[in-house]
Amino acid sequence: MAEIRERFGELKPALTLQEAFAEASRCLFCFDAPCTRACPTHIDVPAFIKKIASGNLRGSARTIFSANVLGASCARVCPTEVLCEGACVMNDLHDRPIAIGRLQRHATDWAMARNLPLFAPKPMPPAPGSVAILGAGPAGLACAVELRLLGYRVVVFEASDKPGGLNTYGVAEYKMNQDCSLKEIDYVLERGVELRLRTRVGTDLSIAQLEQEFDAIFLGVGLGGVHRLGIPGEDLPGVIDALTFIADLKSHPADARPPGRRVAVVGGGNTAIDAVTQSIRLGAEEVYLIYRRGPEEMPAYQHEQALARRDGCCFLFQAAPVRVLGSGRVEALECVKMRLGPADASGRRTPVPISGSEFRLEVDAVVRATGQRPQEALFAHISKLERQGAGLRVDPQTMQTSNPRYFAGGDCANGGKEVVNAVAEGKRAALGIHRFLEGHRG
Amino acid sequence: MADLRVSLAGIESPNPFWLASGPPTNTGDQVMRAFDAGWGGAVWKTIGAPIVNVSSRYSSVDLAGVRMMGLNNIELITDRPIEVNLRELALVKKRYPRHAVIASLMVESTREAWHDIVKRAEDAGADGHELNFGCPHGMSERGMGSAVGQVPDYTCQIVEWVKQVAQRPVIVKLTPNITDVRYPARAARRGGADAISLINTLNSITGVDLDTFTPRPDVGGRSSHGGYCGPAVKPIALNMVAEVAKDPEVELPVSGIGGIASWKDAVEFLLLGATTVQVCTAVMHYGFRIVEDLIDGLDAYLDEKGFRSVRELTGRAKPNVTRWEELDLNYQIIAHIDYDKCIGCGLCYLACNDGAHQSIAAEPEHGRTRVTILEDHCVGCNLCNLVCPVEGCITMRRVETGKPPMNWKDYQRQASGASGG
Repeated sequence: MAEIRERFGELKPALTLQEAFAEASRCLFCFDAPCTRACPTHIDVPAFIKKIASGNLRGSARTIFSANVLGASCARVCPTEVLCEGACVMNDLHDRPIAIGRLQRHATDWAMARNLPLFAPKPMPPAPGSVAILGAGPAGLACAVELRLLGYRVVVFEASDKPGGLNTYGVAEYKMNQDCSLKEIDYVLERGVELRLRTRVGTDLSIAQLEQEFDAIFLGVGLGGVHRLGIPGEDLPGVIDALTFIADLKSHPADARPPGRRVAVVGGGNTAIDAVTQSIRLGAEEVYLIYRRGPEEMPAYQHEQALARRDGCCFLFQAAPVRVLGSGRVEALECVKMRLGPADASGRRTPVPISGSEFRLEVDAVVRATGQRPQEALFAHISKLERQGAGLRVDPQTMQTSNPRYFAGGDCANGGKEVVNAVAEGKRAALGIHRFLEGHRG
Repeated sequence: MADLRVSLAGIESPNPFWLASGPPTNTGDQVMRAFDAGWGGAVWKTIGAPIVNVSSRYSSVDLAGVRMMGLNNIELITDRPIEVNLRELALVKKRYPRHAVIASLMVESTREAWHDIVKRAEDAGADGHELNFGCPHGMSERGMGSAVGQVPDYTCQIVEWVKQVAQRPVIVKLTPNITDVRYPARAARRGGADAISLINTLNSITGVDLDTFTPRPDVGGRSSHGGYCGPAVKPIALNMVAEVAKDPEVELPVSGIGGIASWKDAVEFLLLGATTVQVCTAVMHYGFRIVEDLIDGLDAYLDEKGFRSVRELTGRAKPNVTRWEELDLNYQIIAHIDYDKCIGCGLCYLACNDGAHQSIAAEPEHGRTRVTILEDHCVGCNLCNLVCPVEGCITMRRVETGKPPMNWKDYQRQASGASGG
């Protein structure tokens, strides 16, 4: 057990004061900094780093949180390799980029450990309006806090028994544990946001009630369940979905077991990688990742793929599951090899099964990591809500949906992106809502 | 291997690298270890009537994580009896006859006291004397150190007393805490000094504790100004060495001191007129072993440049240090950017736009900043080149103005000729 705990140690541990100072001192303090531009929430990175170097950690944390209310989570879960750190000019100096994520963590941890109040909501009684936020994930929380700072009455409705959405339930444990996510939310919600947990809109509370009570509604409900494989044997015990696996692991880390001794993970995204690495860290002996296209087409980031490879995952490219075999529970997964045809609409080559190439993988667990479905059941209750791709049609400036009283952000709007995108969209939506309601009052 | 031997006013040394008077030359044991490591000479920690020191004594200035860019001390001269110091000095000189062992001296300002200490130092075998007229703290309050060095007449007087009895060369160590260092240098010359060494430390307070409001170094809640040295003071030292070395009323050999940490620093001092260099802070930071690279790097440089002796370096840059009014006003350079090297940080734009002459334009390009030199505006100030983090990315290039050289004096002549008609 101790060994397993060790394997779940943080990939990027905290910096000491001296390390942080040394790292901060390397920053060039660029003009119109590429890191800031690369950040969806546009944190003023050079400013917060210089404040670490100058010993002004309170100011540093304030710079971060004022741009991104989940600055501490994002410091841990952001794919900095492809965002701020990927844009760092140091990469072109044949030098390693500034460790922006770890510095951001240093400053935000410092402020949270002291429970420093960084902002006060504008004293603006009576409230200029009220807004319902559906979903206490990153988008909803960001929207809620921004609106609260603008003086609005804000109520967040969350179906689960803990806030945070995927930040709490869906982040690989070696990046951030649940406790860390919850602590930051506590810190953020000090700002007078009302949170109603275990409240599912559409079941516990009707859309009509919401529309009556609130001036505007923000949809930050994320995505729904994982797509089914659509193959025979899929309902056998031993077939699980990646999100449930990760959520269980995070909620009950002490009881966590690998899904099986030999595990096949189906999918090519970052969630598939998380399922792979978590299975291995929990003690699975053999873990396969089955993806129908090649490594170039794989949606998972390069650095995530490398992590799975280091952990000892066996990648089976250009293969797809055909049926799950077993009597009473999973005993094997039959797959077929694929060849890659011409490019499809997404620009990626279309996989085509090669008949007669079927092969059998002896596994006792199959993990679906094949992407999530939209929240159709909820959206069906809302009038005039237009879809776009895997998400919702929104005005990118204001995040307003085709139903003017509804705004949306995060995975339910963008079809599934990073935490930092959700925060950026929630923040933008708050300003959109503010402008919308001001217009109505005005 | 080039010849590294030097002679400063007759004091012979196997190489130009001496330990400056200070904590590294406190004891005979230290000096002998230093000679074993390769140092060519040592100026003993200043000898005089024993004093009592405080605790703490040093404080420093760090720069972006680099320690001790500048070092400050409030330590006084040796706290060991004169006879102990001289006995150890004699032992060192006996064991290391070819090395330069110089006695740094500071006593009360009377003829008798100076006569006595000079004779005793010579009896012990010192190759020369360095009169400490520079120590800016503590001793100066008692009428010694910089209290002498800051008044040219006192400097001259004491040098005269010393020269009445000294058989060996007398070096006068000057304080930089003065308006024009040439005046005390000339006074030393008038008094009969054989050489000048400079600079001693600069008056300084390195910082104040933001919690206790006590300046550093903290001596039980209070502090006192100290003497500043280390890499931070090198530019001041180089200028003063050049001023003294160029002054026709001084014309004495110079031992350069102030922030020397590498062979390149040493070469700069030599080029501006020094014959030997003295090092203290770098040894306090990294130990005697640094002399290995000082010697090795200097030797490689001499070979590469085709000099057979280090003595050929002394003063080579002197003619190139002139008064401002001698500079060519028609010489023009402008900045040039190598876009293959540019990393798009935009620092040159910020520096030029906010801090200099608004001669660089910036626009976003592929998530970075694309800068352009506005050649018609560029005054060739160097600032962009100085802030650029990429070696060789911004270079300053000569522009042919087609005009003949013209200095300020020419310019004024022309201007008065034109207006005078």
